[in-house]
Amino acid sequence: MSRKLLSVLLALSMVFCMFAFAACSEKKEEGGDKDKANEDIKIGAILLGDENEGYTFAHIDGIQKAAKALNLKEDQIVWRYNVPENENCYDAAMELVDAGCDVIFSNSFGHQTFMQQAATEVPEVTFVAMTGDTAVSSGLDNLCNAFTKVYESRYVSGVVAGMKLAELVKEEKLTDKNYDADGNILIGYVGAYPYAEVVSGYTAFFLGIQSVVENVAMQVQFTNEWFNITKESEAANMLMASGCVIIGQHADSTGAPSAVQAAHEKGTVAYSVGYNIDMQSVAPDVALTSATNNWAVYYEYAISTLQKGEKLPQNWAEGYEKDAVKITELGSVCAEGTAEKVEEVVAAIKAGELHVFDTAKFTVKGEKVDSCVIDLNNNFETTDPEDKEAIWDGYFHESELRSAPSFALDIDGITKLNAD
Amino acid sequence: MQSKAETISAKKKYREPLARIAKRDAMPVLLSWGIRAAAVLLSLIVSAVVIYSITTMNPLKVYGAMFEGAFGSQRKIWITVRDTMSLLCIGIALAPAFKMRFWNIGAEGQVLVGGIATAACMIYLGDVLPTYALFIVMIVSSCLAGALWGAIPALFKSRWGTNETLFTLMMNYVAIQITSYCVALWENPYGSNYVGIINPRTKAGWFPEVFGKQYMLNVIIVLTLAVGMFIYLRSTKHGYEISVVGQSENTARYAGINVGKVFVRTMLISGAVAGLTGFIAVSGSSHTISVNTAGGRGFTAIIVAWMAKFNTLTMMLISLLLIFLEKGANEIASNFGLNDFASQIITGIILFFIIGSEFFINYRIIWRKKIREAV
Repeated sequence: MSRKLLSVLLALSMVFCMFAFAACSEKKEEGGDKDKANEDIKIGAILLGDENEGYTFAHIDGIQKAAKALNLKEDQIVWRYNVPENENCYDAAMELVDAGCDVIFSNSFGHQTFMQQAATEVPEVTFVAMTGDTAVSSGLDNLCNAFTKVYESRYVSGVVAGMKLAELVKEEKLTDKNYDADGNILIGYVGAYPYAEVVSGYTAFFLGIQSVVENVAMQVQFTNEWFNITKESEAANMLMASGCVIIGQHADSTGAPSAVQAAHEKGTVAYSVGYNIDMQSVAPDVALTSATNNWAVYYEYAISTLQKGEKLPQNWAEGYEKDAVKITELGSVCAEGTAEKVEEVVAAIKAGELHVFDTAKFTVKGEKVDSCVIDLNNNFETTDPEDKEAIWDGYFHESELRSAPSFALDIDGITKLNAD
Repeated sequence: MQSKAETISAKKKYREPLARIAKRDAMPVLLSWGIRAAAVLLSLIVSAVVIYSITTMNPLKVYGAMFEGAFGSQRKIWITVRDTMSLLCIGIALAPAFKMRFWNIGAEGQVLVGGIATAACMIYLGDVLPTYALFIVMIVSSCLAGALWGAIPALFKSRWGTNETLFTLMMNYVAIQITSYCVALWENPYGSNYVGIINPRTKAGWFPEVFGKQYMLNVIIVLTLAVGMFIYLRSTKHGYEISVVGQSENTARYAGINVGKVFVRTMLISGAVAGLTGFIAVSGSSHTISVNTAGGRGFTAIIVAWMAKFNTLTMMLISLLLIFLEKGANEIASNFGLNDFASQIITGIILFFIIGSEFFINYRIIWRKKIREAV
């Protein structure tokens, strides 16, 4: 009996302690100074992973480079690693507000709804949901979205893959297995989720390949997860088993390139195009290049804008023109002349002569597309006055009406293997 | 036994083991808590050695940061309290099931279906019903969903003797798939694969602030449940039946207890409380639903229930300890650039010592020399 009593007492005393503590520290936190000099800007970073995950590493790197360029001190940045896409993100955002942050960045799409909640409650702090899409439609002016025009670098990485394909055809390295019934060379793509961000990416990649080798067909396998080494490697193996020669990816792990490397060692002809980070360390014999973002461009722009006391634009998207995207160093297995070709394509994109989603270059169900209204107020429909036509001047204006990708057309030549 | 041992030793030279273990008689309460405290202290020392040898950082600073992570500000305290309550609530749900030795590994799924029911009410009825009616519907539907999820395996066990461990485990995966389906059905914005925060503007179906505190209602509900379950298990006929079935099904049958009925009835309660945890998670904390709504707590709560020996009041302490370790681990991961794995090592060491200390409370070690003296 006394043992029972003791446990009850302990439990109760614990609860009381907690409340007492809560009451004490309540007073301590009142009265922060909101009118501080702009040089003392404090930045909060909410990150889905840590430095061991390629996508997050690229963000960490971007923030650190921006901080260096703007001479920020270490204690001006508060990091939150491994924040899942649930209420922990809201908790983290509010804790960063408590810590005195003036601007808070989150790096994953799923963080957005929780950032929006925090933004509603704390109007004096700027919240940036990177890769998000609801800043304007939320009606909050302290919620912003930013993305790079990564489809441009995916297109260029497609060109690199196309050059390799052309070389393989010339050297007669491909077998019947690598062609479909219509005589198209098979390409595989490991995608995370079947939504616009991924669709826009693989379509750009496909069009990049097609600009070099016309007879190609692409199969896309979704993993429904951003980072899963096993699933991504299984997807790559499945695609290679059905004859795919190039394996592209829009998922964050090294699973696919590693699988391609392993298959290559067993004699399969297949090459990999990665994402976020240089894959040569895990796939030295098959990695051609990786499409990647240079987030530092945005972070430096955003932080310096706020330091000047100005407001951030709610949608920001830049590409090659501002060096916000790039491809990683070309692998040693790349075809001859790739570097020159890449230079030429990048120059054409920068000059505005080459548009990735040129409507003359793709068809949907056999027909050219002349009109595509995109949903800008996130209500599932494209008939509202806020929604706008994205095709004019002969190309789809990706990431111009809002920063998040919105190209979601299923163009001919691409087959989704496992989406609805 | 004695005579058998003697015959063996007579035939060939009997080698005594270095140590034997024997069950202890009940230990004074103060001493047993003293042993537990010593275990915690010892685990902190061992962790300190590990921290220092891996990172050469001052372990005291690391412990300070852990405390800071869980209790460093009023908001952090409330987050710790909120998460403690949610873990505790699942522990409360598991208590009656485990007490009757019914291996309910399915709390994760029971929480999820409760969460789905709540989210469905918030989405479809949020603008239709007045607040009080909405809450009644949410509570009833989440309890029913959880109870159904818990009772199905119990029904099969009582009728056809199926294995409840596998059955409840499999029900988790069914629940996860149903959740994925609902997420795709309710996704917002369209095509995003996330439900997003439900009713962000109207806050319909959100827990109201009580005494000016956002999570006070969570605390009130869960503490009431803890006390209620404590009384139910200790002082009611049902509780007695559960305990008899747990000790021995045959004895229970001999005593005229309808074992199958007790299984189903208890799992209805267990599932309903787990379903209610889903309600608290969706309505009172995350305001959204995803496959991570239960977040593995359905499994962590099994540790809570066993460490507390099904005493729902002791569970408060254990839940708080586990959540404290979780929050502390996150904090040191952020502050010291240690990644999650390093902090999980510390959590592992501390749990190992605490669970290990139960051995020394229940058993004593008799060394070889002592046996000779005894003989």
